[in-house]
Amino acid sequence: MRGLLSGLTLGLVSMAVWAGDWPQFRGPGGSGVSSDSHLPIRWSSTENIAWKANLPGRGLSSPVVAKGRVFLTACSAFQQTRLHVLCFDLKDGKLLWERQFWATGNTMCHPKTNMAAPTPVTDGQRVFALFATCDLVCLDVDGNLVWYRSLTSDYPTVTNQVGMAASPVLHQDTLVLLLENAGESFAAGIDAHTGQNRWKIERKRRINWNTPLLFTKNGQTSVIFQTPDELAAFDPRTGEKRWSYAASELATIPSPAAGDGMLLVPGKELLLLRPGDSAAPELVWQSARLRPATASPTIYKNRVYVLTGAGVLNCADAQSGKVLWQERLKGPFSASPLIAGDRLYAVSEDGVTSVVQLGDEPKVLSVNPIGETILASPVPADGKLLLRSDEHLFCIGAGK
Amino acid sequence: MRTSLALVAAAIIGAPLAAAADVAALLTQIKAVGREGAGNPQAAQAWRELAQQGSEALPAILAGLDDAHPIAANWLRCAVDTIAARELAAGRSLPAAALEAFVTDTRHAPRARRLAYEWLVRVDPTAPGRLLPGLADDPSTELRRDAVAVLIQNAEAIAAQGDKSAAVAAYRKALTSARDRDQVEAIAQALKKFDVTVDLAAHFGFITDWLLAAPFDNTNGIGFAAVYPPEKGVDVNATYVGKNGLKFGWKPTTTSDPFGKVDLNKVIGKYMGVVGYGFAAVHSPTEQRVEVRAGTKNAVKIFVNGQEVFFREEYHHGMRMDQHVAPCTLRKGRNEILIKVCQNEQKEPWAQEWEFQLRVCDAVGGAVPLRVLSEKTAAGSSEGRVMP
Repeated sequence: MRGLLSGLTLGLVSMAVWAGDWPQFRGPGGSGVSSDSHLPIRWSSTENIAWKANLPGRGLSSPVVAKGRVFLTACSAFQQTRLHVLCFDLKDGKLLWERQFWATGNTMCHPKTNMAAPTPVTDGQRVFALFATCDLVCLDVDGNLVWYRSLTSDYPTVTNQVGMAASPVLHQDTLVLLLENAGESFAAGIDAHTGQNRWKIERKRRINWNTPLLFTKNGQTSVIFQTPDELAAFDPRTGEKRWSYAASELATIPSPAAGDGMLLVPGKELLLLRPGDSAAPELVWQSARLRPATASPTIYKNRVYVLTGAGVLNCADAQSGKVLWQERLKGPFSASPLIAGDRLYAVSEDGVTSVVQLGDEPKVLSVNPIGETILASPVPADGKLLLRSDEHLFCIGAGK
Repeated sequence: MRTSLALVAAAIIGAPLAAAADVAALLTQIKAVGREGAGNPQAAQAWRELAQQGSEALPAILAGLDDAHPIAANWLRCAVDTIAARELAAGRSLPAAALEAFVTDTRHAPRARRLAYEWLVRVDPTAPGRLLPGLADDPSTELRRDAVAVLIQNAEAIAAQGDKSAAVAAYRKALTSARDRDQVEAIAQALKKFDVTVDLAAHFGFITDWLLAAPFDNTNGIGFAAVYPPEKGVDVNATYVGKNGLKFGWKPTTTSDPFGKVDLNKVIGKYMGVVGYGFAAVHSPTEQRVEVRAGTKNAVKIFVNGQEVFFREEYHHGMRMDQHVAPCTLRKGRNEILIKVCQNEQKEPWAQEWEFQLRVCDAVGGAVPLRVLSEKTAAGSSEGRVMP
């Protein structure tokens, strides 16, 4: 039964969402964990595909899902100057609407990424889409424009010619952006109703791709920014800093995760932190063995899961950091893994999804090729699995 | 003026004048959006009303794009898409004749004409066959690109029939219109099979003859903001004292790279934490609006006739042709182009490049008539040549 869940009761979710929805990068908790235990286990490019929708262009962004609608971004045209926001019907993959925008920022980037790298976020009423060009769009769920911002028009020195990738997150009616870059580097809280700044704070000039994490403890939600030398919590409504944890060589690509009331922080070493009520968190353990590559780590049922650059899935005890088992999967991986119903879904860049039964010993249940390059993280949707390549959005599971 | 154009456009398709006036007021409200979301609430209200208009409003909204700044342009574009998609979903058509008239009227903004074209094609699939042959030299880069693609296909078809001279002529015709690098390279490769060499640097308008002065100090990045003597005025016979007391003057160099790349590591030497300047004097036959387009992995500033027209302080995040674009005006006669290329002190293997490429072109990317002037220096003479 679907019911409205509030962020206060869920603990980690700070926006109004429906059970089963997947409103942002890595889902409601921002950590790649779903309660959906009915996701498909086996498929191929021709088998167990509910529907497959053509996409107008490339993208690394993941789809987001709310109330039976799937929202996705893409980019197209010579030099990626065309930006797309798409809405599909989850039932049958029908394109409900598409809106396009002209890129106003620089489209220069590393060939592996593109202008549709950040994942959009939705509250079920609106969808907020940020592109690597720093074009920021808010549409209602029927495709009507609510507001639009050109952040490079606002802040002309903003620049990351490898390609921006951090996704926005939404806390109540404040959209939080972390745009750490080689020019005017900042974080901002944007009024979801008007698109105007609620707050804007200066950040160090440096390139950072990881996505902020909303973390709730004792009813208080903070937005966590991970940068190379600091993990810091801010009030998402005001931008005021609540605490800071000094560190070194934290990651700029994989994002932090939360689970079991703890924070999992990737870097040269993986850190597990226990946040206090308002003070800086304390270090529980750190491990150089658990060093994620591009994919973000996950914490689930008192265990930590990390995909290394060598394509090895590591499972460690969340209390001690002790590695419990390792399983070599078919990598390499850009997509962050998804855990749903005690199974882990790891999607390789070649579009091969390994489904691993989690437990005291890992068991690879299936290895499923889709035949297309996939860099976007997998998304659960009402018992089905959404995968996005540059050409298609796949809905995997029982037919229409 | 633009409002009048919008009214005329609306009148073409018989829309009531009162409705057109309403649209004009809504366009004005939307175009008032500014930086940091200024005017968003009012624009949102106007947008909702605008998006409820019927398809007869499309030409007026498209015309509204003519003078819209980039922020407002995206608001208006979304209104066009919303109206057009809704009309088609409801089983109604779009005003094809008015859209086609808009596409073929080059007084309108290139991006607006392209948008009109895309919706026209949705309701009239024969439009590309009818329109593209006349759009090969269009001011819209996207319309031109599609037209050039057709020319390339034609040339390929002729080449497949084995008529060498006709194929070469067809490829040359495509090349004359082509502006995008991938299309130009494809044409050049095809012509090479017929023993025809394309001077890519000349086609794109890259400056290949430079005077270089380096190394000035950029230790800890201080050089980007520093105003070294060349920024105060270039004396091609001057001697400078640079990093670590090194003395140097302007050194002529000519690059043979097909895309005009100048490698300072090769010409000046391998230095880290330094600034290099590239200087070229060009003669323009008339006063003309141009775009100075540069590519570099290094932090960069560009000056035209002593005025800074572009800066980007970012290091080693890739290099692409036309990565940086600076619109400016060249005066009739002599003009001076100065590029400042900063190398930092990163040690990674991928952070060693110290190079740039620069071209002068029109807004569509076509080389403009220029003559690079020969400059006699203490170290020698730059070649100087006519381009394109």
